[in-house]
Amino acid sequence: MEISVEVNGVTQTSDVEPRTLLVHYVRDVVGLTGTNIGCDTSSCGACTLHVNGEAVKSCTMLAVQADGMSVTTIEGLAPSDDEMHPMQKAFMECHALQCGYCTPGMVMASVSLLDENPSPSEAEVREGLEGNLCRCTGYHNIVKAVLSASGGGQ
Amino acid sequence: MIPVAFDYVRAGSADEALAALAEHGDEAKLMAGGHSLLPMMKLRLAYPSVVVDIGRLDDLSYVNDAGDHLAIGALTKHRMIETNDLVKEHAPLLAHATGQVGDPQVRHRGTIGGSLAHADAAADHPAALLALGGSVIAKGPNGEREIAGADLFAGFLESSLEPTEMVTEIRIPKHTGKGWSFQKFNRRAQDWAIVGASVQATDDGARVSLVNMHPTPTRAAAVEEALAGGAGAGAADQAHVGMEPSSDLNASVEFRQHLARVLVGRGLAEAGL
Repeated sequence: MEISVEVNGVTQTSDVEPRTLLVHYVRDVVGLTGTNIGCDTSSCGACTLHVNGEAVKSCTMLAVQADGMSVTTIEGLAPSDDEMHPMQKAFMECHALQCGYCTPGMVMASVSLLDENPSPSEAEVREGLEGNLCRCTGYHNIVKAVLSASGGGQ
Repeated sequence: MIPVAFDYVRAGSADEALAALAEHGDEAKLMAGGHSLLPMMKLRLAYPSVVVDIGRLDDLSYVNDAGDHLAIGALTKHRMIETNDLVKEHAPLLAHATGQVGDPQVRHRGTIGGSLAHADAAADHPAALLALGGSVIAKGPNGEREIAGADLFAGFLESSLEPTEMVTEIRIPKHTGKGWSFQKFNRRAQDWAIVGASVQATDDGARVSLVNMHPTPTRAAAVEEALAGGAGAGAADQAHVGMEPSSDLNASVEFRQHLARVLVGRGLAEAGL
């Protein structure tokens, strides 16, 4: 089935099988491998990206469901090659990653969290990231980074 | 994990979806947000040969004040329900329970109609529907019918919907200003409840329902009877009566029975009963 998806601002038209998962479409068809596949069961959040501006788990969405929609991946977050998105910068400055596997999904979920709640409390950040697992950091520095990006918690 | 290949039909209206169901019968499955069906298809526990995508039926995404009840479109996403002012005012139990479903990403995609039609006893919505005395409107080839929550859940992961029917609306009687509680016990934030309890005070007593304590979502009839008989907080001791919970890696039957009593006890207290 032919689908057109605006991926990071560029409209991509492709022929995909209906059973193609959005994460496979983004990685294998569009060629953007920044979005990771973790658990593949909508638990870990590593595959989080934005569909029409909202964080979703791309292992639990079909590419055909995204037809005509706008998708933003971790590659599309920064305003330019020379400048990081404020959330990426906050993750770097707060040392909010170690192995980095969860990071793309964690950053995308965090950006979506602040879109919906620009000044969250620490508890709201922890709850808002309940859909993303990190096995390295113990979460403290991730929470610090999100609070820092929101302008609070400093 | 990749689902078995299927034909994809995108419905532009409820009638188009019903026509596809009429054509393909029980070979077809409706997909709303896909957050119940797609995981089952990836595990190959479900393998419909036709998937009818109803996720774009925006005219079935709404929360309306309908006098004595709220009318909620079947395609209304969890995120909209948990943040909706009408729901928070007139059915706060539903707003809160919806906020406990999965995680934010899941709530951006999942729908109330899809969750109820999935009829999972471990899910949060069915118990909330039962405690609130709600119903669903099912549309089929012969028109619409209203199915009370108590009649919707027919068996393990089985609803009483016909293969040619779809849920179009959920009706939730208003419980403005009345006591309520939603108790969910799990080990990790985003998980399904190991056991959960919904309590809703009503004009003449209370409705109490349990999550993951029986093959179907179910009311805790023994608790409600004990409450009506004046047992007060002691009614929670009856929470396990008549239930046939499963035993699995998360909890034994005995532990689930214990959790049901404790959670109903907390729920009754929080609801002021």
